Amino acid sequence: MRFRLEPRPEPSRLAGWLSPVVATIAVLAIGFVLFSAMGKNPWHALYVFFIEPVDTLYDVGELLLKASPIMLCAVGLAIGYRANVWNIGAEGQLIMGAIFGGGVALAFHDSTSPLVLPLMLVAGLLGGMAWAAIPAFLRTRFNANEILVSLMLVYVAAFILSLLVHDAWRDPEGFNFPQSKMFTDVALLPNMVAETRLNVGFLLALAAVALGWVFMRKSLVGYQMRVAGLAPAAANYAGISARRTVWLGMLIGGGCAGLAGVGEVAGPIGQLLPIVSPGYGFAAIIVAFVGRLHPVGIFFASLLMSLLYLGGEAAQMQLALPSSVTGLFQGTLLLFLLAADVFINFRLRVIYPAVTPAKAV
Amino acid sequence: MNDAAVTPRLQLTGITKAYPAVIANQDVNLTVMPGEIHAVLGENGAGKSTLMKIIYGAVAPDTGIIAWEGTQVAIANPARARKLGIGMVFQHFSLFETLTVADNIALALERDRSGADLPARIREVSARYGLPLDPDRHVHTMSVGERQRVEIVRCLLQDPRLLIMDEPTSVLTPQAVEKLFETLRRLAAEGCSILYISHKLDEIRALCHKATVLRGGKVTGTCDPRQESSTSLARMMIGSDLPHPQHRAAQAGADALVVRELSLPADDPFGTPLTNISLSVRIGEIVGIAGVSGNGQKELMAALSGERRIDDATQITLLGKAAGHLDAAQRRSLGFAFVPEERLGRGAVPEMSLADNALLTAHRQQLVHHGFVRQDAVRAYAVDTIRDYGVKAGGPDTAARSLSGGNLQKYIVGREIRQHPTMMIAAQPTWGVDVGAAAQIRQALIDLRDRGVAVLVVSEELDELFEICDRLAVIARGRLSEAKPVRDTNAAEIGLLMSGSFIAPGTEAERTFSPAGMI
Amino acid sequence: MDHLAQLLILTLAAGTPLVFAALGELVTEKSGVLNLGVEGMMLVGAVVAFIVAATTKSPWLGVLAGMLAGAALSLVFAFVALSLQANQVASGLALSLFGIGLSAFIGLEYVSVVIEPIRPWVLPGLTDLPVVGAMLFGHSPLVYLSLALFGLIQWFLFHSRAGLILRAVGESPQSAHAIGYPVMRIRYLAVMFGGACAGIGGAYLSLVYNPSWTEGMTAGRGWIALALVVFATWKPWRVLAGAYLFGGVTLAQFQAQGMGVDIPSQYLSMLPYIATILVLAFISRDATTIKLNAPASLGKSFHPYS
Repeated sequence: MRFRLEPRPEPSRLAGWLSPVVATIAVLAIGFVLFSAMGKNPWHALYVFFIEPVDTLYDVGELLLKASPIMLCAVGLAIGYRANVWNIGAEGQLIMGAIFGGGVALAFHDSTSPLVLPLMLVAGLLGGMAWAAIPAFLRTRFNANEILVSLMLVYVAAFILSLLVHDAWRDPEGFNFPQSKMFTDVALLPNMVAETRLNVGFLLALAAVALGWVFMRKSLVGYQMRVAGLAPAAANYAGISARRTVWLGMLIGGGCAGLAGVGEVAGPIGQLLPIVSPGYGFAAIIVAFVGRLHPVGIFFASLLMSLLYLGGEAAQMQLALPSSVTGLFQGTLLLFLLAADVFINFRLRVIYPAVTPAKAV
Repeated sequence: MNDAAVTPRLQLTGITKAYPAVIANQDVNLTVMPGEIHAVLGENGAGKSTLMKIIYGAVAPDTGIIAWEGTQVAIANPARARKLGIGMVFQHFSLFETLTVADNIALALERDRSGADLPARIREVSARYGLPLDPDRHVHTMSVGERQRVEIVRCLLQDPRLLIMDEPTSVLTPQAVEKLFETLRRLAAEGCSILYISHKLDEIRALCHKATVLRGGKVTGTCDPRQESSTSLARMMIGSDLPHPQHRAAQAGADALVVRELSLPADDPFGTPLTNISLSVRIGEIVGIAGVSGNGQKELMAALSGERRIDDATQITLLGKAAGHLDAAQRRSLGFAFVPEERLGRGAVPEMSLADNALLTAHRQQLVHHGFVRQDAVRAYAVDTIRDYGVKAGGPDTAARSLSGGNLQKYIVGREIRQHPTMMIAAQPTWGVDVGAAAQIRQALIDLRDRGVAVLVVSEELDELFEICDRLAVIARGRLSEAKPVRDTNAAEIGLLMSGSFIAPGTEAERTFSPAGMI
Repeated sequence: MDHLAQLLILTLAAGTPLVFAALGELVTEKSGVLNLGVEGMMLVGAVVAFIVAATTKSPWLGVLAGMLAGAALSLVFAFVALSLQANQVASGLALSLFGIGLSAFIGLEYVSVVIEPIRPWVLPGLTDLPVVGAMLFGHSPLVYLSLALFGLIQWFLFHSRAGLILRAVGESPQSAHAIGYPVMRIRYLAVMFGGACAGIGGAYLSLVYNPSWTEGMTAGRGWIALALVVFATWKPWRVLAGAYLFGGVTLAQFQAQGMGVDIPSQYLSMLPYIATILVLAFISRDATTIKLNAPASLGKSFHPYS
């Protein structure tokens, strides 16, 4: 008896929505084994990791606060991924958004105008788009692989930020620390819920989720981008411009990531630091897939990912577990998801030994 | 005659193979004698390919017995089949484009047979059977006809005692078919058995000693095809007479599509450049373009559809309006419609529903409002197309990939026709389609013509072109012959043109990097 | 002259991790599989090699362990992308993210551990030869290993029957399957070879180039290795040339500092990444060359039963 994968006549929608659930359960199981192996009480560890971070209003605020940039990035990336535009440099575009938005905040440091914040958001959006425009241009003009270009630009963006906070934008009164001045109140996102740190950036993320859904599901252009991803030859045949697809996919992803970046510096951080994101741009790649490249799925997957970050911090503080367990869980989650996805297009068939030899002469 | 001669070379008993959606073979019996050219006849989807894959060890049967020269065998994989002496020439060649002929052949031979003397043996065998080949050439520089030779020589070098040929003539001119038949007869005379898979009745009657007919996965009869008429074979194959479309003389009007002296370099290292192509299609006529595949059909279609744009806009005009500079979407707005050769992946998105696939090209039919898709209108368009064109499908939500080739093609043709084009361009409209659907599609194209639409059909099936076209041109090595009224020409003449006879010697560009071209 | 020899040694030293990773990935890609997990496999190779070297006090056992770890990690990718037919791009990304997380996790307690690194081979007599001595005989044994690997791969791909089969599988898995080759098994082996090479590349970083373990110490070299394969248009000797070119670019920062040039280090640190982008654009602009050289089935799933 052996097993064989057999193509399904039609893809299974059920398997598609079940697979993130299966992957999440598998990660919990891995966590259970891992924590036991490290000599911790696994139930307690899982409680600390997954429940305790969200058991107060403040904590829920933290969950949503962390989920916001991930959600923003992931919604933007998912639109590109649907169209086979593989932007994996959201982290760099996020940093660029932070630089552009933060630059505006520093330039208008003396202003009390309510326009500073909107201007920052626009600048962040444009910053992310500009950074994403580089791989888009190199792909459409020179056929250069956008995966590698967008990823290389993450490193470049990080060095540019480092350069700025070490030098030109360093706070002269900051005891020589590599950091900018603290932003003034007009340059900060207003708080949304008292007793928490949650700011209106979360609404921005929700708006992106809604817009992303309308765009992909209801608009002709969104439909055409899905076609470009599923069957590039069909897109050519129907006259859907491949260039437009790449540009749109890149710019939307970059713009969203840029917004996420400005949301961080105008939100929980409040200034420019050498590091403005603990890898939200990369986590968003995982979220985009776990959320089935679907805005609603991405909403829930972002919460899960945010929980992984909070859980990692809690585990470090309370259980002396390394916070890098977060990264491990993130990668495991995506691998399990991709593995479980096999059942969307295939089903498992048990093959019994062939009958032919049994009828032997 | 000794005893070995009367033992069947291959005997299949009760072969059954079921797939999730379809029973491909049901209780199939087949006996092939030494030196026999045995036809397996059946239309698309009858189960011929699955049966051959079972014999060649690429697919395992669910039940049934295979006996090779009187001994029961289990053919677990193609390597085992080759060891027994079974060779197969695939319809879709199993060649490696960037490798040389010698490398391609070495890959299919056992290690001890692919030594340094291989090139010499290739030359020797290919000369003996009239299949000239250069072992050092790269496959991507060769025409489909030449590639087929590589496949055949590759089999012959393994000293096969059974050679399976899967629809071998679809890539050949009528003259080349004759030469192939000579080779096959010679092989048979030397004692090699040949399993000849085809749906072309005339060829089978001309070549084969025996025929096994398949319909819906079951054997519906065996016969001596030399004793049968095409009508009687057709009845066994499809269960009824071959349908013939209603065809009245064309009422051709003014020029609709005019292509003027179009030349286009290949955009793909494996492609064919187009040279000086001129063509006109009038309102209310069907013009056919015949030719062996790989002679520039793909490139011509890309140029006509707008997938490749032309610098000089006036080289392609529709009703006098310049169209060369327009992209595919703009050309549709001008009145073009296209049925591409590849159904899945080009004409339709496999994973998407039929409704979503309607939107692919028909969104100009009021299916979109202010940039937003009108889902109800899209579904209605799909439902109407399914109904009007007799598409057998669950409904508008069925995924395109779950339809049979014929049904999907009917859907695509319907989707295009219902956009009221001025100019319809169809490539291989009935390729791989069952007889009933093919007849329906041909009739739809003729009806379209009668409604005053200009129609251009590119096809490798000469029978089809003669059946539906008013004028015929031939494409060879990226050049197009002058179109002739169908009644003034015949298959032999077209066949000659297909080999490039109309191209004046010395006019061809140097072919150092030879594109796929001659036969 | 000493300076030149020193420069050559440093360039080879900086380029060698790329040679390992890119040559391995080249073999993987020649079979038609695109594994974007190189960064992750290098990191896991680096950390496992370091841990084993630190625990056993034997750096060579470390190299072996790094190699095995890279191969083991690549098996995860092979299972998901080949057996389970997942999208290769997504699976490779997942492997990289997983490898980054895994290496950080298991390496945490080794961040400030000091080990005995693998020393350059100094051959008394030969290394002391004037002019060429240090250039030819002063390198780390792993540098020689990488050169041997290059020769082996060059021979394997273009002069052995197994290599011909591998290239055939990458060209058309359908055809290879049709004439009876075990496409899956061949691709699995190619992926594991790539993983093993990436693992050695990582081990080289943590045991030779910069004997230590820090989180994310590959600093994008896995991604640069992927770009190198494109840059090399899938030819081993061009991988070698490209790797040393990038090694040279990496050195620019040390050289500039050494020469007392006063520019912020960030500018120089950016150089390898910007160079990668520029070179990638330059090579890719010629679509015909890419198409003629890239394995035709690269990145596409193959299912033998469909």
